[in-house]
Amino acid sequence: MIPQEIAALLAESFGGKVLESNPDALMAWSAVEPSSLFEVCRFFRTDSRLDMDHLELLGGADYKDRIEVVYILYSMKHHHRYTIKCRLPRQAPAVQTVESLWSVANWHEREAYDMFGIVFEGHSDLRRILCPDDWEGYPLRKDYVLPTSYHDMPV
Amino acid sequence: MTLNMGPQHPSTHGVLRLELKTDGEIVADAIPHIGYLHRCFEKHAENIEYPGVIPFTDRMDYCAAMNMELGYVLAIEKLMDIRINNRVRCLRIIMAELGRIASHLIAAGTYGNDIGSFTPFLWCFRDRETILDLFEETCGARLLYNYNWIGGLMYDVKPGFEKKVLEFLDYFEPQVDNLNRLLSDNVIFIRRTAHVGILPPELAISYGVTGPNLRGSGVAFDVRRDEPYLGYEDFDFDVAVGKADYGPLGSCWDRYMVRIREVRESCKIVRQAIARLTPGDVHESVPKRVKPPAGEIYMRTECPRGELGYYIVSDGSTKPYRVKVKSPCFTVMSAFREVSRGAMIADIIAILGSFDIVLGEIDR
Repeated sequence: MIPQEIAALLAESFGGKVLESNPDALMAWSAVEPSSLFEVCRFFRTDSRLDMDHLELLGGADYKDRIEVVYILYSMKHHHRYTIKCRLPRQAPAVQTVESLWSVANWHEREAYDMFGIVFEGHSDLRRILCPDDWEGYPLRKDYVLPTSYHDMPV
Repeated sequence: MTLNMGPQHPSTHGVLRLELKTDGEIVADAIPHIGYLHRCFEKHAENIEYPGVIPFTDRMDYCAAMNMELGYVLAIEKLMDIRINNRVRCLRIIMAELGRIASHLIAAGTYGNDIGSFTPFLWCFRDRETILDLFEETCGARLLYNYNWIGGLMYDVKPGFEKKVLEFLDYFEPQVDNLNRLLSDNVIFIRRTAHVGILPPELAISYGVTGPNLRGSGVAFDVRRDEPYLGYEDFDFDVAVGKADYGPLGSCWDRYMVRIREVRESCKIVRQAIARLTPGDVHESVPKRVKPPAGEIYMRTECPRGELGYYIVSDGSTKPYRVKVKSPCFTVMSAFREVSRGAMIADIIAILGSFDIVLGEIDR
């Protein structure tokens, strides 16, 4: 399926839950309501026309007024790709986990939690993955202030 | 009993810590702890201009630096809509495939070493040395090259480079048979690897496993063929897959053997690329100033360890707004816990080695 068809299919199935779509961009994407993210992902994973069995990338991005989670999905069978975005408030970003759909999401979500402080509700083991467990702050946020010491050691 | 394997264990290929919950000799659970080599590449990249990020990408997978920088420059070129000429294209393919051979030689050599066979390690490193010499003569560096530039290459190759590469391939291709005789078809090696670490294809896809590890499970998927970049579609090569020769499909031996088969395919590609090399200026389309339009891009390339993806967000300035790397070793490592459950402690080494991870790329 070409991105335009996927965007149309998504709009047809979820209607008002799709906030914005841009299938003509270099990287075609749709932004969906955080509350229906899991349903959208399940649709992409299970619908035989889409069959997105490969979660290529799950990552966050800080846009100063919001935090975005990006899900880049790919189908090994149909060889098509689509991106789902989810815009979250900077104060308390939280969204449902997609671990049950793609096992690899477990680690990707841990990384997004580690770097942006995004809480994935229902995650089986949400702890920091790259930074030490007692690290303070979320390094990839734009307003992150570099610490001058760690356990009294200057860094 | 809880056992700590690493972070300085010789066969964890870097600083990886495995927390093993053992029941006698059986591993009931193996929990990987990563992050010891975390340098926050993604944060660095946000504070440097676009061309300055390239040396940082080298330092992710330092065993295949040519392939790491290739994905990044291709992403920026796509974002800026830069067309490269045929010489740059062919040279990039030659370098990427030589890099793949060098990387797979490390994988095969150190894997033999992990299993207890030392000679293949020396053989592989001897042959890899010739490739590093070729890289050194071209760009001055042996490991971290900064050779691929946005829109071109750092230098053209020296006169006589093509001849040297062809001489190397003529010498090297029979060496692969020697390696097979010594290691791949060695009965001790087969018994240690052919029935352990089974990764079924569905599980591999669910865990986002890519590259040789995925093909070892019998899934014939290769970005170079299924989503070609750099004009790989014009080249004649086969996608190597695991065939369950000695045990169930997706075993450690299958994953190992995919790499050996891929080395031969890479030799084929290099020969074709050399035949197509035409004169040209490698700096022809290098932009004076790298300032991509606002937008975002996801670009993936087939690296020796799997698909490396760059998600880059540009806000129209000279520095990237966000760079996110999808690391193939990171995803395969997330499957480790499930694959290794119920294995013997000694098999943990075999499974880990067959995944061929580089910690620099997992931790970034």
